[in-house]
Amino acid sequence: MLHRFAAYAFILVLTCLLSACSQNGDTLERDIAAREGILLFGNEGEPPSIDPHLNTSNNGNRIVSALMEGLVVYHPTDDNLPEPGVAKSWSDIDATVWTFSLREDARWSNGDPVTAHDFVYSFQRMLSPKLGAKYAQLLWVLKNAKAFNEGVLEDFSEVGVQALDDYTLEITLEGPTPYFLNLLKHPTWYPVHPPTIEAAGGMSKPDSNWTRENYVSNGPYQLKNWVINKIVSVERNPYYWDAENVSIKEIHFLPIDDISTEDRVFNSGGIHYQNTVPSDMIPLYKKKGDPYLRMEPWIATYYYKINTTEPHLSDKRVRQALFLAINRKALVKRVTKGDQHIALSLTPDGIAGYEPPKQDSFNPNKARALLAEAGYPQGKGFPKLTLLFNSSEQHKQIAEAIQQMWQNVLGIECELQNQEWKTFLETQHNLDYEISRSGWIGDYVFPDTFLTMFRTGDGNNNTGWSNARYDELITRSITEPDAERRLELLHEAESILMDELPIIPLYFYNRIYRIAPEVKGWYPKITDNRNYKYISLEPTEN
Amino acid sequence: MLRFILIRLGQAIPVLLAIYTITFFMVRLSPGSPFSEERKVAAHIIENQKAYYGYDQPVHIQYFTTLFRHLKLDLPPLTSHPGLTSADIISEAFPVSLELAAWAILIALLFGIPAGVLAAARQNTALDYAPMSLAMIGICLPTFVIGPILALVFGIWLQWTSISGWSSVQDRILPSLTLGLFYAAYIARLTRGGMLEILSSDFVRTARAKGASEFRAVVVHALRGGILPVVSFLGPTLAGLITGSFVVETIFQVSGLGRHFVQAAFNQDQSLILSTVLFYATLIMLANLAVDVLQVLLNPRLRLS
Repeated sequence: MLHRFAAYAFILVLTCLLSACSQNGDTLERDIAAREGILLFGNEGEPPSIDPHLNTSNNGNRIVSALMEGLVVYHPTDDNLPEPGVAKSWSDIDATVWTFSLREDARWSNGDPVTAHDFVYSFQRMLSPKLGAKYAQLLWVLKNAKAFNEGVLEDFSEVGVQALDDYTLEITLEGPTPYFLNLLKHPTWYPVHPPTIEAAGGMSKPDSNWTRENYVSNGPYQLKNWVINKIVSVERNPYYWDAENVSIKEIHFLPIDDISTEDRVFNSGGIHYQNTVPSDMIPLYKKKGDPYLRMEPWIATYYYKINTTEPHLSDKRVRQALFLAINRKALVKRVTKGDQHIALSLTPDGIAGYEPPKQDSFNPNKARALLAEAGYPQGKGFPKLTLLFNSSEQHKQIAEAIQQMWQNVLGIECELQNQEWKTFLETQHNLDYEISRSGWIGDYVFPDTFLTMFRTGDGNNNTGWSNARYDELITRSITEPDAERRLELLHEAESILMDELPIIPLYFYNRIYRIAPEVKGWYPKITDNRNYKYISLEPTEN
Repeated sequence: MLRFILIRLGQAIPVLLAIYTITFFMVRLSPGSPFSEERKVAAHIIENQKAYYGYDQPVHIQYFTTLFRHLKLDLPPLTSHPGLTSADIISEAFPVSLELAAWAILIALLFGIPAGVLAAARQNTALDYAPMSLAMIGICLPTFVIGPILALVFGIWLQWTSISGWSSVQDRILPSLTLGLFYAAYIARLTRGGMLEILSSDFVRTARAKGASEFRAVVVHALRGGILPVVSFLGPTLAGLITGSFVVETIFQVSGLGRHFVQAAFNQDQSLILSTVLFYATLIMLANLAVDVLQVLLNPRLRLS
């Protein structure tokens, strides 16, 4: 009797479980979604915000660029080219005064027209000191924007933006900026719907919840549903001026923050796009010729910062020795394993018209000689270094490899220290480290997105390094009207940086992701920014 | 009974205050700032942000301001997600965690109690060794090992179940099983121990002597007393399931509260950390109180004392 009771209990449980399992083995979730015109998108974690002015993350930008449209937007294939958005045409005087003609059929998702006044309002909001937009600095290229953002100037009419009429916007910059159209692609320049913002507490409210309650957008998509940590889904915006050319019906941005989980979900057919491939899986996928795997150059550099205010690191010969003692080819082959290109400059390749100056590659003899010249033959007398990184398995592996290289080549001991992200940032900003991991993704395709941050006192310098000639070259480049001369000035500046080496570039990132064959119109792009309007889904035959 | 419940609720107040105080100062003393970004933010923007969120006030003012806001259930805005408050997060995420916990407990009880009863009733036979060995394996294997294995087998190889999300019935199977089987292992061992003690007691022997069938002796007479250790275990289990499901929520992309709790710590979002800690603490105390009441109802000796 008792046996029967126990057996019945188990059978009941198993039956319940098995009956709950549906038979989706014959069709993957992404196949069904593709037939319905839904793109299932692995989007890292939950974005801090989908307000274009308050978001600071890549995963938030992906959603914002589906929902909102700026004057100029991402080109489908070439990051060096502008793609008209709300602006249908433009002209400039000396690359300083820009006039944009807005399309009259541009609409917000509630049917309101998108006007030049909306852009003026949005730029004012972005620069409003009380809003506290963390990336407001990206707009400082506008005349008087910095002063307004810092609260020194209170009259916004003195900032270089004005609506000449409903559909003509004039933007005046601090100086000639030939690549301004590239800057405009960033979501921080996108508009917001003024009546919605006002109804939610006004332009200066840092925590207004219009994004949750009434997201009015002007891009190809409008917000359909947002459940925190579960999904942000967007659907076609019927009022979008080019709605008939928007192919995908819905995009489901899934905040999958664990990269192993994301990998499993892709393998189970749950998503079309896998944002990150675990580094230990890359060689396996490469070996078996995984048809979904893509590895493409990215405008991003992985490097170490050196605190040059530390006495033993203030000598540039020491920094050069540390640079030359690193075998980058071995690092990318054995540790990162993602076909990354080794970095002998800060600025990556792929920027039209710019060939970055390169430092020497791995050279153990020269490295040892330089260290000896600096007074530390075979590393004798050199204090133990501390190498700081934020908690991550890959950063740890890279640090361990470099620790070993410095020990073997230079005889320098180095201990590793990891910190959680926010603590790590604080430590780095406070210059409370010796050598620290860093990475930088270009905001736009121009070398100064990397080089301006090493000016004296720049908030992102964080190395204590200062060079008057470098500062002068960067400043001159900003106001140089001739595009070719501007690049020459930046090249000269980068040559100084690569000789002084307050940083040690290691490799240029690759965008390593996986994508299902149903997704069409997804081209390699060095900024990895997508214009979803040009992406489509083509269901495969089963 | 009412007096007992009121006393216990009264005792909870200083405990919650102590938890709030310790958490508040631990968060404030930890290095880093919730306003830090990889791209250096202009100093005046940081100052504005600090002023808006009250970080420019002396610590004791912040301590009391935040405390009173929590008491009034007027939860402060989040630094990590502008436009949201802890209330938004908890109200969206807690029902998910609660449902996951409920499914897991159901699975744990459905697997654990029959296995424990069977093992006790057939002590030192294969029917004892087999489920107890499985239970031991279950206890030793953490959820971050079981979860990916289940996902690999049932989600990827067999494609029977979904391995992420929390929308359909399918989505609920693997996370609930992963959590539930882990606790089923404990419950099986506790049930076995409790049942062995009761089965050797006089009243069960008397029942058998009076001609009660084995089923009746075990299920009707012994089971009520035999599962008392399981009932005691249910309070901490429920609390553990609700608060400790972070790993399972991450593995299966369940939009529960555990993930927010951990992310809040990484983001140093003081408001969300405090709110979730207080919420969890209240929940654990209520769960333990409920278990105590249930124990009194099940055990007449406790009622008398």
